[in-house]
Amino acid sequence: MKHQTFFWFVLPSVLVMLLFIAFPIVSVVLQSLHAEHEQVIVVVENCGPFGCTQSAKIDTEATEALRAAKPLGRWVGPNTYFDRGHLALNEVVAEWQSADTLGKFFSRLINLPFYKAMFFTLTYTFIVTPLTLLFGFSIAVAVNSASKLLRGPLIFFTLLPMIVTPLVGSLILFWMIDARGIIGAMLQWAADNPNLSVKASTPLMWIMLMVYGVWHSAPFAFIVYYAGLQTVNKEILEAAVVDGASRWERIRYVVLPHLLPLTTFIALIQLMDNFRVFEPIVSFSAAAHATSLSWAIYNDLGGETRQLSSAAATSVLTIIGISILLSPVLVRTWRDFSRK
Amino acid sequence: MSTISQRQPASLRVLIVGFLICWMLAAAFPFFWTLWGSFKVEGDFFSKANWANALLGVLTESETGNTFTGVAYEGAWVQEQFWRATLNTALVCLFVVTISLTLGTLGGYALSRSNERYTFWLLIIALIFRAMPPITLVSGYLPVFFQWNLWGHLPTAIIVLVAINQPFTLWMLHSFFKNIPQDLDESAMVDGCNRFQAFRRVIIPVMWPGVITTGLFSFLLAYNDFAVTAMILSKENQTMVPKIASFLGTTQTKGNVMFAVASVVSVTAPLFMLIMFFQRQIVSGLTAGAVKG
Repeated sequence: MKHQTFFWFVLPSVLVMLLFIAFPIVSVVLQSLHAEHEQVIVVVENCGPFGCTQSAKIDTEATEALRAAKPLGRWVGPNTYFDRGHLALNEVVAEWQSADTLGKFFSRLINLPFYKAMFFTLTYTFIVTPLTLLFGFSIAVAVNSASKLLRGPLIFFTLLPMIVTPLVGSLILFWMIDARGIIGAMLQWAADNPNLSVKASTPLMWIMLMVYGVWHSAPFAFIVYYAGLQTVNKEILEAAVVDGASRWERIRYVVLPHLLPLTTFIALIQLMDNFRVFEPIVSFSAAAHATSLSWAIYNDLGGETRQLSSAAATSVLTIIGISILLSPVLVRTWRDFSRK
Repeated sequence: MSTISQRQPASLRVLIVGFLICWMLAAAFPFFWTLWGSFKVEGDFFSKANWANALLGVLTESETGNTFTGVAYEGAWVQEQFWRATLNTALVCLFVVTISLTLGTLGGYALSRSNERYTFWLLIIALIFRAMPPITLVSGYLPVFFQWNLWGHLPTAIIVLVAINQPFTLWMLHSFFKNIPQDLDESAMVDGCNRFQAFRRVIIPVMWPGVITTGLFSFLLAYNDFAVTAMILSKENQTMVPKIASFLGTTQTKGNVMFAVASVVSVTAPLFMLIMFFQRQIVSGLTAGAVKG
């Protein structure tokens, strides 16, 4: 295809991405280096018959004028990144010096808001992703051995948790695990503890968030694996049986190698999606027990005072995080492309 | 036809059937439970006395005279004007899907027919954009949208969702167009068409299966989005998902959980239909990217 034709074909698409993805990234970076203007304070002297008093007053007009002149705020450089809400450099150094063991340092570290969110996001990503692969694979194998008639309805219901809006799906689960809901009541009965409540316990909340994560994304892994299983070479399988391979050996040496490229694909998509975990934290109202990076941004942006700079700094750190996570994949894709 | 490699011992069969039943329960039961519960009052749906009340509707009967009640739906749809949010969602989805597909087919087609180095880079950049959580962009949008009075309007949300959708749409359509033989449009060009004419007369008639599948996923993204629409739409223009979140209440305001339950069911119903009619397209769409590696 000629360069010029190519240009006109991709122009609308590239323009949209440039205006609403690339520029906003620049804008986010700039925003994170600025902070909101401080209010302009003027000192007024009130003189009366009993002498003069001085009082400080906010000059609304001057503040407005300053904000209008420099809408980004005042330049603070990378200060926002190092404050308590983000990388918390001072606090980390102080903890490092005062804590005597590494474990103690770590447990104090994850009480700082940014590290708390980071810790949960990473734990979630690296626990949910492998479980999703495993679970999706099991469902695929099971459905594949069901009779042809049953497969349609089986696939239909399996798709449900994935297609349903994440906020809605997690709300549905949350209402069931409420202490007054069906699963909550069963948990209380099973643990023989009438006061057991998922909402009140941090470990239980973490487990439920991850259970939701697997429930939501296992169908995706299932579909991909299921399609892969349809293309496994039947003759090789038969040959393996003739050669005396056990069921496990057939899976281990014939099926799994065939599915390996699919696993990389699912893992890549899952890493991206799990890293942005957000909706379940909102619907589980889990913020007291677990926060994620996306949730931290949402929390800064919402509410009465929009803390744009703080949100921007967290956004930049999140983007850096996901780039690091994806870098092995990108490097590999680049090598594959160069080899071609 | 069963072959020797598919034969299974009885114990394994039982294990597999048991596992499938458990998974079906986990996947489907919550939805039916919520559907059933949405016709009860809050005291039954969240029963302090006995969870079985949610099934039998003991309090619902004593409060309303019948074991089923539409109070939650009436409250959500009429009193809280959920229909307005539904209308907004319909508008947003319609425009996001149409615009995404128009831009995406043009771009995806060009990407599939060019082997230059910049094609690769464009796809990689799209992959990176796809990987970024959309909410990271919101703090970049807000100051500009406030400044230019763009904040809160549906068209703003539509164009933002189109942009966020674009990387995925490009990737998906790119791989679909790769499967349409190049000879098709090249022979049209030999016959005297230019590139665009070849695209219009030869490619457009055969591209619909891929476009419909991609459209389904664009629809799902627009329909399911919470992070972006909650942040850039004003209260009057809210779509369904942020509206549900507003029913839950905040630290300052008391929510009404039953309204949320009713609207959750309302939001899920169209998705149910969607899977029913388009199951095959969804499955083929999810595997399209994967099978190609």
